[in-house]
Amino acid sequence: MEELFKEYEDKIPAILLEELKSSIDKKTTKTQLKKMLEALYEEYLESMVEPGESVGIISAESIGEPSTQMTLNTFHFAGVAEMNVTMGLPRIIEILDARKNIKTPMMEVYLKEPYNKGKDIRKVAELIKETKMSDIIQEVSINILEATITVKLDRQKMKDLEVRDSSVKRAVEKQLKSGQVKIEGDEVLIKVKSKDDSLNDLYKLKEKMKSIYLKGVKGITQVLPVKRKDEFVIITAGSNLKDTFKLEFVDTERTTSNDIMEVYENLGIEAARAAIINEVYRVIESQGLNVDIRHIMLIADTMTASGSVKGITRYGVVSDKSSVLARASFETPIKHLINASLVGETDPLNSVIENVMLNQPIPVGTGLPGLITKVKK
Amino acid sequence: MEEEKYVYKFIDSIKFGVLSPKLIKKMASAKVVTPELYDKEGYPVDGGLMDTRLGVIDPGLKCRTCGSKLKECPGHFGYIELARPVIHVKFIPVIMTILQSSCRDCGRILIPKNKIEKYKQLFDQVENEYGASERRKKIKEVISGLKSVNKCPHCGAKQQKITIEKPTTILENEKRLSPIEIRSRLERVPDSDCEVFGLNTKVVRPEWMVLTVMPIPPVTTRPSITLESGERSEDDLTHKLGDIVRINQRLFENINAGAPEIIIEDLWDLLQYHITTYIDNSIAQLPPARHRSGQPLKTLTERLKSKEGRIRHNLAGKRTNFSARTVISPDPMIKLNEVGVPKVIAMNLTVPERITSWNEKYLRAFVERGPENYPGANYVVRPDGKRKKITDETKEQILEELQPGYIVERHLMDGDIAVFNRQPSLHRMSMMCHRVKVLPDKTFRLNPAVCHPYNADFDGDEMNLHIPQTEEARAEAEILMEVQTQLISPRYGLSVIGCVQDAISGNYLLTKEGTEMSYKEAVELLVGVGVEDISRLPKKEKVTGKEVFSALLPKDFNFTGKSREKSGPDAEVVIKNGKLKSGVMDKANLGEGQGLMLRNLHKKYGPAETIDILGKMFRLGIKYLLKHGFTVAISDTDLPPKAREKIEETMDAAYAEVNNLILQFNQGRLEAFPGRSVQETLELKILEVLNKARNRAGEIVEENANWSHTIVMTRSGSRGNIINLAQMAACVGQQAMRGKRIEKGYFERTLSCFEPRDLSAPSRGFIRNGFKDGLKPAEFFFMGMTGRDSLMDTALRTPKSGYLYRRLANAMQDLRVEYDYTVRDARGQIVQFRYGEDGIDVSKSENGRINVRKVLESIS
Repeated sequence: MEELFKEYEDKIPAILLEELKSSIDKKTTKTQLKKMLEALYEEYLESMVEPGESVGIISAESIGEPSTQMTLNTFHFAGVAEMNVTMGLPRIIEILDARKNIKTPMMEVYLKEPYNKGKDIRKVAELIKETKMSDIIQEVSINILEATITVKLDRQKMKDLEVRDSSVKRAVEKQLKSGQVKIEGDEVLIKVKSKDDSLNDLYKLKEKMKSIYLKGVKGITQVLPVKRKDEFVIITAGSNLKDTFKLEFVDTERTTSNDIMEVYENLGIEAARAAIINEVYRVIESQGLNVDIRHIMLIADTMTASGSVKGITRYGVVSDKSSVLARASFETPIKHLINASLVGETDPLNSVIENVMLNQPIPVGTGLPGLITKVKK
Repeated sequence: MEEEKYVYKFIDSIKFGVLSPKLIKKMASAKVVTPELYDKEGYPVDGGLMDTRLGVIDPGLKCRTCGSKLKECPGHFGYIELARPVIHVKFIPVIMTILQSSCRDCGRILIPKNKIEKYKQLFDQVENEYGASERRKKIKEVISGLKSVNKCPHCGAKQQKITIEKPTTILENEKRLSPIEIRSRLERVPDSDCEVFGLNTKVVRPEWMVLTVMPIPPVTTRPSITLESGERSEDDLTHKLGDIVRINQRLFENINAGAPEIIIEDLWDLLQYHITTYIDNSIAQLPPARHRSGQPLKTLTERLKSKEGRIRHNLAGKRTNFSARTVISPDPMIKLNEVGVPKVIAMNLTVPERITSWNEKYLRAFVERGPENYPGANYVVRPDGKRKKITDETKEQILEELQPGYIVERHLMDGDIAVFNRQPSLHRMSMMCHRVKVLPDKTFRLNPAVCHPYNADFDGDEMNLHIPQTEEARAEAEILMEVQTQLISPRYGLSVIGCVQDAISGNYLLTKEGTEMSYKEAVELLVGVGVEDISRLPKKEKVTGKEVFSALLPKDFNFTGKSREKSGPDAEVVIKNGKLKSGVMDKANLGEGQGLMLRNLHKKYGPAETIDILGKMFRLGIKYLLKHGFTVAISDTDLPPKAREKIEETMDAAYAEVNNLILQFNQGRLEAFPGRSVQETLELKILEVLNKARNRAGEIVEENANWSHTIVMTRSGSRGNIINLAQMAACVGQQAMRGKRIEKGYFERTLSCFEPRDLSAPSRGFIRNGFKDGLKPAEFFFMGMTGRDSLMDTALRTPKSGYLYRRLANAMQDLRVEYDYTVRDARGQIVQFRYGEDGIDVSKSENGRINVRKVLESIS
């Protein structure tokens, strides 16, 4: 039995073999199995793409056509206990552009055992969240005469967030870089060094003080513990994989971000490809549209085939084309023509659009095969 | 028989480069010396811009270069000798970098000798690894570092600071460099150093970027138009070239006459301006050259650029003959793969047919009938390629000379192949091949079942029809594009064509449990639908609707699935040996992009059979509905008083709950959701409560609505859903803008009829009434707000998604599956080792999958 399966391993995709395996029982004889495998193989061969099929344009159509039906409404509330995420067409555009700064970055932080069991989950979540000075401030007052800033701390919040006086002092001293810092009771006294600082500078300093980073992961503005099946997952607004991975309780193998470029920088190109597929698929699913995953895969692969993430823009994928005319027909034609003339580029005319321009058969589909025959003279 | 014309040469590649002065002179067939265009008699002047050596655009004249007449002569280039060199605007950035980073004395690049080689290698390496655009970036990076070098490493000369005053003036230490000086400096840069700048010296020398001679494009690229008054109106390019030649001549004269330097400089600048605007008339710093009427001239760059430019408009976009366009209207009685063509159109569109000894008689009859009688012929093409129109005068003569080898362009007839299309063509299913069916009246007729792939309706839509003219084109259209071949969508692997609207309602009513009719009625129905074999119908006094429907199915068809019904005898669809045992036929099975029934039919019986069955199902639905009668009325939305009471109660309860929430919020007792402010929490909670109330109202409506045709439509899925019904009968519900309740309007309130800071349901756009009862003014206003918002949304979305689609299509158009099943782009670079990781074509799969179970069933 096993050998038979082995034999077909290279011929039939594993998922189909798996399905077959689960649907046979002990009574199935070897000859029967052989017959089944042969039939499945035949079916598989029949379902294969034909060489020359212009799968690229089909994928583009499959995404482009339903995108006219997507909503433009940026935000949607997927229930009460979820984060606000960009969805619909704007999100698709964002992903395919390979933007560096996306509108709503988000992470799904998985936790190692035993942290994911829900005990103290809020506390764990708070550890990820970035705590700034402004989070523990109750009141700020400025003494113009003596050029000091007095900050009244919120003890309760400090306790909740586990921020200690010493760390506050250290952080303020280090990040403000000007003046002495003293802590008296509930108050932090910041004394500016030189007295001739103008009032304006003092106010600036106050604002700067508010945004002092105290603890947690930078860039994470919100955290939300959510139960997924039998474990707790922390969903965050804001994304910072690099620093999150440094936390010892985080399961680095499953934690992901919806920021494609960040995934690429931290986890590599294959992870970026998977992230593109997941993110695009999620949007399309949320809109109730039916698009086969293969199309999304192909798009993700064109974006990542070069080894780095490239957007579907004139600076990304399109600029890598070998054909001058194909590039010129997309955007900024003059630029491409001038640059081509400087280096004496040769257009090999091996893609679609330039052959359309020249009224020649295109090298896909039925235009691909050539007929070789002797011409009688 | 005359020899046929074959394409025996292909363009293999196109090389780009910069024209050298030598080449410009070599390829020119005339030197232009005078700005005059025509002499007194109206003939083109020798040495003028319309010189007949540059090609002809007037009928009757002959080209003096190639000797051919209008339309045959492709046109020839000319040139002018510029009195003083002029910089080419488009090369300004390159000229700048070269000037800034090469020595002003010896012309060498400002990189020490030993390092030049190293950089070259680095660039090559970058290009190999990341491609040409990365190389360009790297070069830029290296070059920009050279600006600050102030001593030449080769000759030790001191370097000056070079700046640019846009658009075309280059300064050295605030002193102007003349193009002559620039050109001589560029000349000094050796070939080997040019490579470091990224120039290929085989096709470009830097000094060529400063023009000394300029090519004059052929007249055929700038044809003049003769107005009705007999006046000539010249092309924009001709105007611009006239300016250039005129100023150039003036400059020559002044130089020869020894005019003061200032005058020469002025003219020189003017020449520079004219040449710059000739190349690009939309440079930011320059006032664009204008017509006398004040509208800017369209010069070279504008001609190429953008959507209306040469590349996208004329080269990438083609136009065709043998096409027609008119309004569409439905006709369920024609086949799905047919298109009804008005007779008028059929008599204008033609199909060429070659006379052979076998069909001579047949085609002769067409010619005899001529263009006026259908089916006739409009033209005859002789073997030498001469087209002859058939008229009453010429008919006799044509009939006489007609013989094998002639081509008759006969009228369109039933069964001819046509390509049918509706814009926007977002799909490959937006262009499908249909068979022609010539019909009276003046609209294209199509089966409503194929509306979905075209996304067409009949509120005034127009569609296009194309008639392929060669045997190859017809074969491709038939094999690759005909409706039945496009049944299964490559997007999701299910049928894109299914029953719609009345056809679903009809089939639903027909196959519902309990539908019965007499044998006679059933036969009548089936025959009307086009079923010839009525032996499938059981010979009983009374037959059920399911039995009637079963008569359409193939004898050995087996299928199990689900209907939209959640419970009851009709929920499970079972078809055994071509008999519908249980289950009702609704959208889940008949609709496009829905369940697997149509997909399975296609898989087992092939496209032709499926489309036939589908057509019959469609007609059966409509015919039955016609017999059954189908109307909707306002009374469909009537509710019994008890139900109304119940709805009132739920609404009141919801209002009370909302008010309670607001109270809690005002007292500060409301607890915020994690990661949300209290205000947001309140909004979320209110939204939830109100949505629940509306849904509850919907449920009550559903429970209590009389069994009416409106309900039939929602149940079968043919049109509308229960929420629509609830909106009519009971409550429209919350109007949301951007996922939130309405909060715009006056300060702290939405409308002036509400109290400030009123957060209650009615003041934030909740519509309690149904459409039938009528909306209150405030409610009506809120509805208008959201209505406009959604209009905006659609208007903004269309161009955005259109651009996304264009980008996707452009990026991916040359990906194809190779013979080794890898997916590669035009460069041959592998994108996927196997398409979609398993090589399965979605349009051959069942919703993206291979059904293992069915394969196993089929063999055992």
